[in-house]
Amino acid sequence: MAVALAKEDALAARLAALDLPQGGFTRAARAAAVARLQALGLPGKRDEYWRYTDPAALTAVAPPTAEASDAQGEVPVFDGLDRVKLVFVDGVFDPARSDDPTLAGAEISRLATADAADIHWAQGIYGALEAAGQNPVPRPLAALNTAAATDGVLIRVTARAARPVNLIYVHESATSDAILHHCIKIEAGADLTLLETGPAGARFNKVLEVDIAEGGRFHHVRTQGRDHARRAATHVFARVASGALFKSFTLTANGALTRNEVVIDIVGDDAVTHVAGAALGDGATGPFHHDDTVFVTHRGVRCESRQVFKKVLKHGAIGVFQGKILVKPGAQKTDGYQISQSLLLDDDSQFLAKPELEIYADDVKCSHGSTTGAIDEEALFYLRSRGVPVQEATALLVLSFLADAISEIEDEALQTEIFTVLEGWLARHKA
Amino acid sequence: MTIVENELEVREGVDRETVEAVQNMGSYKYGWNTDIEMEFAPKGVNEDIVRLISAKNNEPEWMTEWRLTAFRRWVTMTEPTWAMVHYPEIDYQDLYYYAKPKSLDEKPKSLDEVDPKLLATYEKLGIPLKEQMILAGVEGAEGLVADARKVAVDAVFDSVSLGTTFQAELAKAGVIFCSITEAIVKYPDLVKKYLGSVVPQSDNFFATLNSAVFSAGSFVYIPPNTRCPMELSTYFRINAENTGQFERTLIICDKGSYVSYLEGCTAPKRDTAQLHAAVVEIVILEDAEVKYSTVQNWFPGDEEGKGGIYNFVTKRADCREARAKVMWTQVETGSAITWKYPSCILRGDESQGEFYSIAIANNMQQADTGTKMVHLGRNTRSRIVSKGISAGKAQNTYRGLVSMHPRAKNSRNYTQCDSLLIGDQCGAHTVPYIEVKNNSSRVEHEATTSKVDDDQLFYCRARGMDEEEAVALVVNGFCREVLQALPMEFAMEAQSLVAISLEGSVG
Repeated sequence: MAVALAKEDALAARLAALDLPQGGFTRAARAAAVARLQALGLPGKRDEYWRYTDPAALTAVAPPTAEASDAQGEVPVFDGLDRVKLVFVDGVFDPARSDDPTLAGAEISRLATADAADIHWAQGIYGALEAAGQNPVPRPLAALNTAAATDGVLIRVTARAARPVNLIYVHESATSDAILHHCIKIEAGADLTLLETGPAGARFNKVLEVDIAEGGRFHHVRTQGRDHARRAATHVFARVASGALFKSFTLTANGALTRNEVVIDIVGDDAVTHVAGAALGDGATGPFHHDDTVFVTHRGVRCESRQVFKKVLKHGAIGVFQGKILVKPGAQKTDGYQISQSLLLDDDSQFLAKPELEIYADDVKCSHGSTTGAIDEEALFYLRSRGVPVQEATALLVLSFLADAISEIEDEALQTEIFTVLEGWLARHKA
Repeated sequence: MTIVENELEVREGVDRETVEAVQNMGSYKYGWNTDIEMEFAPKGVNEDIVRLISAKNNEPEWMTEWRLTAFRRWVTMTEPTWAMVHYPEIDYQDLYYYAKPKSLDEKPKSLDEVDPKLLATYEKLGIPLKEQMILAGVEGAEGLVADARKVAVDAVFDSVSLGTTFQAELAKAGVIFCSITEAIVKYPDLVKKYLGSVVPQSDNFFATLNSAVFSAGSFVYIPPNTRCPMELSTYFRINAENTGQFERTLIICDKGSYVSYLEGCTAPKRDTAQLHAAVVEIVILEDAEVKYSTVQNWFPGDEEGKGGIYNFVTKRADCREARAKVMWTQVETGSAITWKYPSCILRGDESQGEFYSIAIANNMQQADTGTKMVHLGRNTRSRIVSKGISAGKAQNTYRGLVSMHPRAKNSRNYTQCDSLLIGDQCGAHTVPYIEVKNNSSRVEHEATTSKVDDDQLFYCRARGMDEEEAVALVVNGFCREVLQALPMEFAMEAQSLVAISLEGSVG
């Protein structure tokens, strides 16, 4: 009872601090989200779903301060690619720094502007996928986002998009509390690659809703900014129709707290969904806590889902993986695979995992694996005996360990970009 | 063995037991009840009932207080809901917490004085209570086991122990094997020292209830440097209606000793569900080893899910000192609800824990079972092999924890959990928790879910087996790693149980 009351107070305080927009076409969705949030309450560390990650900093009224890190002349990721850049500074769209949002095969609008109108194609998506993703596990931070988000992008893809869209998040203020909500609609047979880069703010709450129609293809590659003190709770909600493809890869290097939830609902048959992540954490430059929480629901037949998550941790870094494959009755011929692996580079770091399977159909092939351990001494010895210095040898082994996750990115140019970022990180954080 | 069975053996490459089991498929074999005059404590639980149970067992004051402490704690607790099992609310005040055959009012001096009806019950169950007999886990086993190994049995009937065989012979080796109620009176120092030291009174809702109202269960003490001269076993029978069984077992294996312990259980077919909330505590000291094997065959309820045992059991072994070793093997075929996580606390350096499990759920059964491996000491090792089989409309969940504490350097865990689904109405779930807090340890977890392989079935069918035989054979192959870990007598019984439990699940 006391716990319930404390939760109510915490939510009331959080909502009071936010200037909840009334919304135009999102009005009903926002009202429903507030009601949902009131029913759920904010997450607490006693909640089973937050067993390994304390959400206090994510739910507090004000974000803990976080200085933006100085990039020290590094080349920003994806700089060499031909793409449409959309820049958000501390959670607000900055048209001056952004490209002209015109893209052949797609229609791009800004939530803040579009929401002045009462009618928009995103009406059936905004808050709808999030609401559907609240079952069977509640995700109150996503409901908070639907209620409170003022900015974001809305992209409708009707053909093969000519160029990738790159959302670039810039963190400038040490106290910024960025809340962004994006909706993407991939029409039947259309195709989009979405890139996300940067730390967004001192605290970042993001929801990305992706609705992929029959035969649609969606590629998602993101690198989460390497600010040391930033905190982020992100949600991806995907609804995947028959024959569609969803592929998402995330690289996380540093950040005091990151919780990435990916919720995939495969509603059609013969769909393919891959979610992958590589996280590098070095506790020497500040706390590092990285949590990947994935929930894949199979409803259709002959669908394939893969989850590949790799973490390299040192100096007290903490890695968390909570993955679940839910196969609904009738979802026969499902091929579900899940692997979570951690490399602990020293004795202080921790890996906490809960890889779950819940299966209600018999003709399926589902497996999961999880391993944790130190770097392979024999492999290290082999490299050193061939004259490779210890740091280089360690870096090489770390890269090869992460390679499985990175190879989930289909586009080789993007893979190369990610490897470059990784090599840079390894050079800066010598083992 | 009858001639018919001999003829069955002719078919090459098929386990005789499997074929026999398939042949004998007569649903639940142990569903009859013994008609006997019983004495019950009044229905419900309160401090007076706790005192009454304590008085019935002639317990000293400290034990009564221990129970009351647990009871007072229990009334403040709520039933856990995290397991993937669903059952109607249990009315804890609508149960009998103590039931004893009237004929045992005067404690019999030896088994010869026990009511013949009770002895007949065990005979019918195939449990030998006469010392000259060997364990006949499977009919016809006598012929196979020329060098019969002796097994001492503690026979528990509802809330009381009927007696324990081979006590004299065991005493020669210094081994104490008796019912827990007897131990509380005779060996208070040992009981005081170890009872609740592995599963404290406040451990969880069901263990706390057990702490308050337990009666019967076994007590084992193996003195230092002793290899227990025979296998010990306890056979639990729930007979009375609307009665809960709350036994408590305490095993202490002193330095350098070894014991293998077997546990079996059955209950009559009844329309109403019955509660079983047991606690097993095992303390293992330096260089000692305990093997604990269970064949759990409580009444699973009928095809519509009516009746059956609700089995909420807390089992834990504490490898308290260096190089202590424990091995849990379980074959879970019965019970309407299974909620059971035999665990290993690997406290001593270089201690080892192993867990081998087959859980079969058919019809409306629900099983949520697994283990916890808590690595505290250095160089500790653990291995988990879990095989879950779901058929009919059953739900089967593996739930486990592997925890490597910062101090548990150079430790290892290997976990394998496989699920097999037979039919499209059932469910198989895996919920492992993996917590690694040092980098010199290695943890590996693998899980797979699949259905009975069509090619394997076709192969068997092509060789003349009918579908049920073929499935039983494939399933026995799927379980082989665990069956091999069982003591021989149990392995045979378990193999046939696997087939019986799946009866009617095909086609």
